[in-house]
Amino acid sequence: MVMMNSFLLGSIGVQNWTYILVGITFTLYIGIAIWSRAGSTKEFYVAGGGVSPLANGMATAADWMSAASFISMAGIISFSGYDGAVYLMGWTGGYVLLALLLAPYLRKFGKFTVPDFIGDRYYSNAARLVGVICALIVSFTYVAGQMRGVGLVFSRFLEVDINTGVIIGMIIVLFYAVLGGMKGITYTQVAQYCVLIFAFMVPAIFISIQMTGNPVPQLGFGAQLADGSGTYLLDKLDGLSTALGFAEYTEGSKSLVDVFAITLALMVGTAGLPHVIVRFFTVKRVKDARKSAGIALLLIVILYTTAPAVAVFARTNMIETVSNQPYANMPEWFKKWETTGLITFTDKNNDGLIQYVANEQVNELTVDNDIMVLANPEIAKLPDWVIALVAAGALAAALSTAAGLLLVISASVSHDLIKKIINPKISDKNELIAARLAAVVAVCVAGYFGINPPGFVAATVALAFGLAAASFFPAIILGIFYKKMNKEGAISGMIIGILSMLFYMTKFKFGWFGGGTKADWWLGISPEGFGTIAMLLNFIVSIVIMKFTPAPPQAVQDLVENIRIPSNAGEATH
Amino acid sequence: MKNKAKSYWKENIRYVLVLMFIWFIVSFGAGIIFKDLLNEFKLGGFKLGFWFAQQGAMYVFVILIFVYVHLMNKLDKKYGYDE
Repeated sequence: MVMMNSFLLGSIGVQNWTYILVGITFTLYIGIAIWSRAGSTKEFYVAGGGVSPLANGMATAADWMSAASFISMAGIISFSGYDGAVYLMGWTGGYVLLALLLAPYLRKFGKFTVPDFIGDRYYSNAARLVGVICALIVSFTYVAGQMRGVGLVFSRFLEVDINTGVIIGMIIVLFYAVLGGMKGITYTQVAQYCVLIFAFMVPAIFISIQMTGNPVPQLGFGAQLADGSGTYLLDKLDGLSTALGFAEYTEGSKSLVDVFAITLALMVGTAGLPHVIVRFFTVKRVKDARKSAGIALLLIVILYTTAPAVAVFARTNMIETVSNQPYANMPEWFKKWETTGLITFTDKNNDGLIQYVANEQVNELTVDNDIMVLANPEIAKLPDWVIALVAAGALAAALSTAAGLLLVISASVSHDLIKKIINPKISDKNELIAARLAAVVAVCVAGYFGINPPGFVAATVALAFGLAAASFFPAIILGIFYKKMNKEGAISGMIIGILSMLFYMTKFKFGWFGGGTKADWWLGISPEGFGTIAMLLNFIVSIVIMKFTPAPPQAVQDLVENIRIPSNAGEATH
Repeated sequence: MKNKAKSYWKENIRYVLVLMFIWFIVSFGAGIIFKDLLNEFKLGGFKLGFWFAQQGAMYVFVILIFVYVHLMNKLDKKYGYDE
């Protein structure tokens, strides 16, 4: 009976299952795009402004959870143990800042983009331009990684060339982002959230039951093993890790000050990312903005609390499968991922066994972060359709984020640059054409970076958060909570913040300005955590400069008083 | 009118400060600064500090936002700013 079963299901195969599931989901996205085309700039930029809090919460969650959250994060946690908490807390805690300090006021302000707020609040096109440049840098660095993620998933699961994968992804995104604008993106993201969360949870629940008998992964990784030994899973993993010379899994190895700085930089960076902020412009009332931030975080936390459980399951399973086992007996998935170069094995002592230990001299196995989620269902011997589901989920995560970023890029160009700075007389119809053209160009640039990834992609993702933390966050917070903040202060703060962030990143990541090693880090803070320092610099510079320059005009101070009151939010306008 | 807006803003700021304090305590406090201390205690198979860092802080974040939503909806009503 068991053989019969596996024969029937096995006959379809992982690859065909992947074609089926990816085909169905892509058809769904395109169908939604056709149904929800944008007819005006308002629909294109903010989906007409009438999105319900639930739909906006789901769209925000999908927008936020990228290929990095879906594919890489659990893997990174798997290899770094406790230290992985910087991503878990950093990428969720920012939503508290958004809900309490930013979203309601930006919604009340009622414009289309983040540079719009910066430009109007600081009554200056110079401030607006600085905002546009920051938005473009942040969004482009981010989107390149997404297109790469799309290409990788296609190449691994459908065995097409990575470049073909990137091009297929480009065409899909082009179709619904250009046609539907924010309106199309919002409703495809709702569908994409459903696909990605289902795809992430199903294997996690399966494995949790397998290992601990508990169907809730969040509880399973703190439970006892299902083998009846009475040992807690985490105790076992701590034991396995230390036996191989790694740090205890639940302890980690980063310094306290660095963990603190990275977590804060990621939180503040999250709250300053334009593609996240702009989602709160799409709801009807101020109270909807608060509520949809809560719903978004709830939906994100479902995945984010599961990821550390997946990390523990995968790590334990992997160590048990490979450590000191004969290379010849490795299961099929091991060989398959070896051909992609993401697992490498060199038998240094020629004993035919795999030595997987912390000591670099003796260690014979390297495993890439990214395969922990992608290979996890195979390692746990789950059915083919679950493996295929993970591919569809990873694509949903990458495409939804890419589309959100592309929209920010196109709005920055057509609205902030063309409409607000270059040609204020442009008609709504022409602005819409400009927005669509900008989106097409942006997709092509993103695709180019996906096919020819600059070597620094991984480094620049951290840079994107650092930049957002160093530039937008202080400018927006001061704009809302400090009525007297003026353009001189805000502009110099943003410029100093960005430049110091760029300086530190390029110095320690690319070796510019004399380079340096870990020992040279200021206060022991890594480039990933430096966004915290750059943000503080921004705040200090803004306030000091403000003290020596004229106060903002009365009209601007009245505007600030007005955005603090939630009623009469009205509709988003030019 | 002006005074009404001012006292609305004051109450709002008070809520924000209290909630941000809790936000800081569960994440940077329990999950990072006092992690080693809390790891002396266990919650099932979890060391407590580790649990806060990889689970607990995130649950509290969600609760904080919904508490704020609830408080502000009430405050908006009290001042007649709701719609």
